[in-house]
Amino acid sequence: MTDTSLLVLLPFLAALAATIHARGAAGWGLAGTVASAGLAAHLALSVHASGPASIAIGGWAAPLGITLRADGLAALMIAMTALVGLGVCVQALAAWGLRPTAVEDPRRARMRMGFWPLWLSTLAALNGLYLSGDLFNLYVTFEILGLAAVGLTALSGTRRALRAAFDYLVAGLAGSLLLLLGVALAYAAAGRVDLGVLPLLADSAAGRIAIALIVSGVGLKAALFPLHFWMPAAHSSAAPAASAILSALVVKGALYLALRLLLEGGLVADALRWGLICLGAGGMAWGSVCALRADRLKLLVAYSTVAQIGLIMLAISVAGDPLTGTAWQAAALLMLSHALAKAAMFLAVGRIAEELGHDRISGLNRSDLRPGAAEFAFAIAAISLIGLPPTAGFVGKWVLIDGLIGQGAWPVVALVLTGTVLSVAYLSRVVSRCLRGGPHIAPGARRPPWRAGDVAAIGLAFTALFMGLLSAAPLALLNGPLLS
Amino acid sequence: MTPFPFPDLTPQLIYHLAGAALVGIALYRGATSSDLLTRILALNVLSVGIAAVFVAAANRGAGAVPDPVPHAFVLTGIVVLVAVTAALLALAERIDLTGAKSDD
Repeated sequence: MTDTSLLVLLPFLAALAATIHARGAAGWGLAGTVASAGLAAHLALSVHASGPASIAIGGWAAPLGITLRADGLAALMIAMTALVGLGVCVQALAAWGLRPTAVEDPRRARMRMGFWPLWLSTLAALNGLYLSGDLFNLYVTFEILGLAAVGLTALSGTRRALRAAFDYLVAGLAGSLLLLLGVALAYAAAGRVDLGVLPLLADSAAGRIAIALIVSGVGLKAALFPLHFWMPAAHSSAAPAASAILSALVVKGALYLALRLLLEGGLVADALRWGLICLGAGGMAWGSVCALRADRLKLLVAYSTVAQIGLIMLAISVAGDPLTGTAWQAAALLMLSHALAKAAMFLAVGRIAEELGHDRISGLNRSDLRPGAAEFAFAIAAISLIGLPPTAGFVGKWVLIDGLIGQGAWPVVALVLTGTVLSVAYLSRVVSRCLRGGPHIAPGARRPPWRAGDVAAIGLAFTALFMGLLSAAPLALLNGPLLS
Repeated sequence: MTPFPFPDLTPQLIYHLAGAALVGIALYRGATSSDLLTRILALNVLSVGIAAVFVAAANRGAGAVPDPVPHAFVLTGIVVLVAVTAALLALAERIDLTGAKSDD
């Protein structure tokens, strides 16, 4: 199983190569992403065929060594990262080119040389996070992820982006330090930090404080309401490819840890679960209200992430006993569908803003410009986020509501449906303006030309659309035995 | 040497209390201050508080050799903190510079 450790090692080496050999950064980036995607596909197939696997790196067993482990959930998350990464790479290649040209805009060169090492580090950190078998290793991958993600935020170099990056790094570091404090108390309480320690922690006071600290750290990193204060500015001021990575992939790392906590038996306290349900519902409401009031398109999409994180956290907290029920799979499917749809949406928004020259929602209706491919991609992604059939979002919500009805949790069903209605409301603010034909469009209106960014957005949006039809594949991975 | 006045107050507990106090102070300053440098320093204080809790976790009783694993954790934490502090300072300087030019 050395190919499992290559999932972490290879992107890191490619990031190093892209930093040293900056002229060929895009080439290294593309090679690293494609190779990592191949390894991810291989991992998913081998986990599906022969079940979960774990390796102790260098033959050193825990607690001194580091154990990497892959089960169906980890393999699905890694495959999701690879899929979204490929789409984003197409956009980044289109925007900033593969090779330096003779006469080049310095901004374009700076973005190309900055983006690829940061993206490869993000990829390596995410793969490492999903493969981690102990809490301390999770902390380290969170820190690498945080640093790379802050670099992606600051890449555009405007004062707004730099301020957002600073706030992001402070919030992210505070979150991972809370996680570290939780790890310290967990070690003091139980003498080990592998994920198997979590059920033991509920027995002692120090252990319960440890779980509370870990959950607050995760909440801060996942931008769970009301700890989302850093997120909309960071996601809306970055470059389109960077926004797509931040919103679709980076927050998933923290949500994955929350799901792991549930699966390993760390979320046994009812008070904690009810607290998380309330925060999730609060995030759905607050994110939707802010998205309804947003005046800029990127801000609307960023606040919709706040709402969707609320929904996913709600799905994680209500899942019940993961050993008997399958409701937790809804959270994994919602994470998958959100990653695909939100990446498509940010790429589409980037293209729309490029054609219009601004991203004000009130100015989306233009009489001299017909809706183009980017608007189409936005609409398809919106359908998946809302959860209409046959999208992946529909399957996720179906599994969630099915599980909730099985538990008789009708108030929570009402919450999920209210959140869905609100998402229809704020997304149709954009979709209705983008896709409305009619008399306001002048006869000679031009159509925006096709760009590779459109291809990436439409590709990701259609993957989200058809993932619903192909949802047997992710469910087969999730139905396999889990490591614990 | 006078006997320690609080028999329940073991060194381990002192470390825990000091760690908790530092974490509390740091979180308060980090959340309420708008000054960039204060917030960077708050995160460093937060990290010192966590190190104190780890040191207490390494204690295996008077005279016994301390547990090395928490020490390794603290070392890794220090390395990470140095890197993140450097990144934060670089960002803060860049924010100041772009503010002076104000060419947003």
